[in-house]
Amino acid sequence: MKVTEIHLRHAVLVGALLLLQACGGTGGTAAQSPGAATTMSMAELEALYRARQDSVLMRVSEADVRFMTGMIGHHAQALVMSGFASASGAGSQIRILTSRIINAQTDEIAYMQQWLSERGRPAPEVDGTGHMAQHMQMPGMLSSQQLERLENARGVEFDRLFLTYMIQHHEGAVTMVHELFAIDGAALDDLAFKLASDIQVDQITEVARMQSMLDALPASEPNH
Amino acid sequence: MISIARLLSSLPRTPARSTSLFTFAAGLVTLAGCAGGSATSAVSSPRETATTAVAPRMTPLPLRVTPPSPDPRVGLGAGLFDAEEATWNLRVVSSTPPAEAFVGFTNSDLAFTGEYAIQGNYNGIQVWNIENPNGPASVTTYVCPASQSDVSVYKHLMFVSGEGLGGRVDCGTEGVPDAVSQDRLRGIRIFDITDIRSPRYITNVQTCRGSHTHTVLEAPNDPDNVYIYVSGSSSVRPSEELAGCSGALPSEDPNSALFRIEVIRVPVDNPAAAEIVSSPRIFEELLAPETHGLSVADLAQIEAARESGAFIGMRGGQESVLSDRQTGPWLEEIVAARGGRGAATAADSASLRERLPEFQARRQRPGTGGNRGPSQCHDITVYPEIGFAGGACGGYGLLLDISDPTNPVRLEAAADSNFAYWHSATFNNDGTKVLFTDEWGGGGGPKCRVGDPMEWGANAIFTIEDGKLVFQSYYKMPAPQTSLENCVAHNGSLIPVPGRDIMAQSWYQGGVSVFDWTDAKNPVEIAFHDRGPTDATRQGAGGTWSVYWYNGVLVSSEIARGLDIFELTASDVMSQNEIDAAKSVRLDHLNAQGQPRFVWPYTFALAGAYVDQLDRSRSMASSRIAEVRGTLAAAERASGAARRTALRSLAGELEREAGRTADASKVRTLAEAVRGLAGS
Repeated sequence: MKVTEIHLRHAVLVGALLLLQACGGTGGTAAQSPGAATTMSMAELEALYRARQDSVLMRVSEADVRFMTGMIGHHAQALVMSGFASASGAGSQIRILTSRIINAQTDEIAYMQQWLSERGRPAPEVDGTGHMAQHMQMPGMLSSQQLERLENARGVEFDRLFLTYMIQHHEGAVTMVHELFAIDGAALDDLAFKLASDIQVDQITEVARMQSMLDALPASEPNH
Repeated sequence: MISIARLLSSLPRTPARSTSLFTFAAGLVTLAGCAGGSATSAVSSPRETATTAVAPRMTPLPLRVTPPSPDPRVGLGAGLFDAEEATWNLRVVSSTPPAEAFVGFTNSDLAFTGEYAIQGNYNGIQVWNIENPNGPASVTTYVCPASQSDVSVYKHLMFVSGEGLGGRVDCGTEGVPDAVSQDRLRGIRIFDITDIRSPRYITNVQTCRGSHTHTVLEAPNDPDNVYIYVSGSSSVRPSEELAGCSGALPSEDPNSALFRIEVIRVPVDNPAAAEIVSSPRIFEELLAPETHGLSVADLAQIEAARESGAFIGMRGGQESVLSDRQTGPWLEEIVAARGGRGAATAADSASLRERLPEFQARRQRPGTGGNRGPSQCHDITVYPEIGFAGGACGGYGLLLDISDPTNPVRLEAAADSNFAYWHSATFNNDGTKVLFTDEWGGGGGPKCRVGDPMEWGANAIFTIEDGKLVFQSYYKMPAPQTSLENCVAHNGSLIPVPGRDIMAQSWYQGGVSVFDWTDAKNPVEIAFHDRGPTDATRQGAGGTWSVYWYNGVLVSSEIARGLDIFELTASDVMSQNEIDAAKSVRLDHLNAQGQPRFVWPYTFALAGAYVDQLDRSRSMASSRIAEVRGTLAAAERASGAARRTALRSLAGELEREAGRTADASKVRTLAEAVRGLAGS
C-alpha cells in the first residue's frame, strides 16, 4: 500500500474514531470472537493503528506539556554538569556515572522533544550552558553560582560536589514527577506516564547509588 | 526472510562496541574477564579446532558457534506490519495482528493456561487459542484499560496488574480525570475464567503504589490459597484516595508504602476475600557492595589512604575509606566524651580507630535515615520447588527465601555499578544460577546502538553458592540496533533443553535472542528473530515485550504487531533430539515469574539429546557415540522384552564407562535416561 493511500484512509478513520473516542470498545465487557482476531486487511489495521496514535495526540494535558518542556531544561543542566567530569580529574566511578547520565538523559530529551513536537508544541532545544533562566526555579536546579563552583572543582573535590549537586538535581526531578501526578488530568497519556514513572524510578535508584558513592569518597585531608 | 540487499549497509560488529567505555570501568575487576563472553561468539580457543574429531577429550569441548556474518539484523527495513525480518535457527510459525479493539494500544505480558495464551494490553486482555500455532484463534477480547495489564493465571483465576492513572475500578474507557478519585484502580484485578470466553470480574485489591508487575506464588504446602507478590514502582497515592497510604520515609511514618512489597492472599475457593496479608520490608539494613569486588586499583587506593592516616571502615563486607564528613562528628563525640574541646588528638584518633565498628554499626541502624537500600521491586520471580525467589529491586538483585509465603526473607543482595535498574530474574532449572536483567531507561530508549556498552542494559549472570550470589558474566543481545528502535534487556524464559541452560529473551525492537548460559562465564547466542523498526522516521513503540517457551513453541507478545509464534530449528548448536526433548515437557499452565521445575519424560529424544551433547563436546570417542546411537535406534525399532533388554544392557555399559569419559556426569545422566526408557 502506498503511503498516500494510508493517509487517506487514515484521515477518514481519525474522524470516525474521534466520534467513538477511540477507546477500542466498551469497558468491562468480553467480546467473544472465535476465529481470526480481525477481518481487516493489514493496510486497514495499519491505518487504524495510525489513527489511534493520532487521536492520542489530540488529547493533550497542559500539565504534561509543562512537565515535558520543563524536564528538557532540567535534563539539559544534568548534561552540562556531567560534561564537566572529563576535564575535572573525576574518579573512574564518577566518570562511569556521568557517561550513564549523559547517555540516559540525552535519549530522554530526544523522547520528550518528539513527544512535544508530535503534539504541535514547541520543543525546547538544548543550549549546552546549563544556565536556563526560565528553568532555574524548578526543583533541584543548580544556581549559576553552584554550576560555576562545580565547573572549577577538581579531583576528589569535584567528585564530592558533583555527587552532592546531582543528588539535589535528581531529587528535584523526582519532586517534579510527584507534582505532576498530583494535577487533575495529568499523566493519563501512556507515554507521559511511562516517561515520568521511569524518570522517577531511575533517578531514585541513582540517588541511592550516588549517596553510597558519596559516603565512600576518600577523605580529602586525611590528617588524623 | 533475510534481505541480502539490506546487508550491504550493515555495520561491522566491532569490538569497540563492547570496550568503548571499558576504560572507565577500571573499578570493576571482574569485567575484564567477562566482556568477551557477550561480545564474541566463538567461545573456544582457535587451537582446539585443529584437534582430531575421533579421540575423546579430557574435558568437554566448550560450545562453539558460528553466527551468520554479517549479522542480518543490521539494516532491516522498517514497517509496522511489513518490516523486513531476519531469523537464525528459528522459524516464524505465525504472526497474528491484534484484535481491532487493541490495535494501537500496547501489548504487554503473557500467561498461559491449557491451550490458551492470555495477552495483556493497555486496553484490556486478549485471549488466544494457540493449540494450532500456525493460526492462533482469538477467543476473547476483554476491554478493561490499565497499564501495564501484567497477567497471571492460577486454576480458574486470572490476575491483572493496574498501575497507570487512567485505570478504572469499573473497567470503563473514559479514564480518571481527577488526581484524587474513588474510581481509580491501581492494584490487582481478579477474574474468574472458568469460562475463558467470558471472564467474570470478581474483585480487586487496591495498593498504595499500584501494581507495575506481580508474581503468583503457588505455595507447595498451602493448596487452599494462592499468593500474589505485588511490585509497585510508581509514586504513592494520596491517602485521600486510598486510606493509609503514606509516601513519607519510614523513619517519619512506620506505615510508609516505600521500601516494601505487598503480599496478597487469595483463597482459591473464595477469591472475593482476597486481601493484603503482609507488607514485608525485605530491604531493611541492606548495605551491599557497589561493585562485584574491589579492583586492584581500588585496593591500592585504600592502602595509600591507610598509610596517610585515613580511617578505613567496612562497607558491605569490603574495606572502604571513610570521609571526614563521616568521621568528623565521631571524633567530636570522643573529644566531648573526655570533656575536651577543639581539635582531636592522636589519642582521640586511636580511640576512634578502635571503636570504628561500633560507630559504623550505629550509623547503619535501620530507621536512622541511612542507606535503606531500594525503595521498591520491579519484579520478583519465585521458584517454589527450590524455595527461592529472585527480586529485581531498584539498584539491587535480591535472593529471597520464600518458604513462608507471607514472610519472604532476604538471603543475599548484589549491586552492580553497571546496572541502572534491576528488572527481572530467571533461575536455571537446577536453581544453581540466576540471571538478572537491567531494563536501563525503562524500555523506551534505544540502548542497543553501536556506542552503547555491552554491559549496560544487559543481563548479569550469577551462580548461587551457599546462598550467596557470585557474579559470572554479562550477556547482551549482540546485534547493534538503530536509534529508532527501543531496545534493552526484557522478559524471557528458559527453554527446557535437557542438560543445558537455554533462555529465550525479548529485547523490545532488538527482537528475540536465544542464548546458552550453561557456561555461566561464557553465555553465547544460538538463535534469533528481529524486525526492522516500526517506523522509518521516528522512534515508535514496538518490539517484543516478552517471549516464553510454552509446550513446544516460543510465544512472543509484540507491543504493536500482535502475537508471534516461533519454533526452534535444528542446527549444529541444537539437535532435533534436543528440540524434541524440550517439546516433551508439557505444562498445564505457566506464569513465567512463577518458575516451574522442568521434568523430562523418558523418551528416545531425551537419550538422543544427551548423546548429541556428548558428541558436540567430544566427551566420548566418536566411534562409541556411533555405537550408542545405533543401539538406541535398534531399541526404538524393537519392542517388548527385546527393547527392554537392549536398553538395560546399554544403561549398564554407560554406567561402567562413565568415569573414563570427559563428562562422567552427563554419561551417567544418559544412563539414567536409558534405564528409565527401559521402564524400570
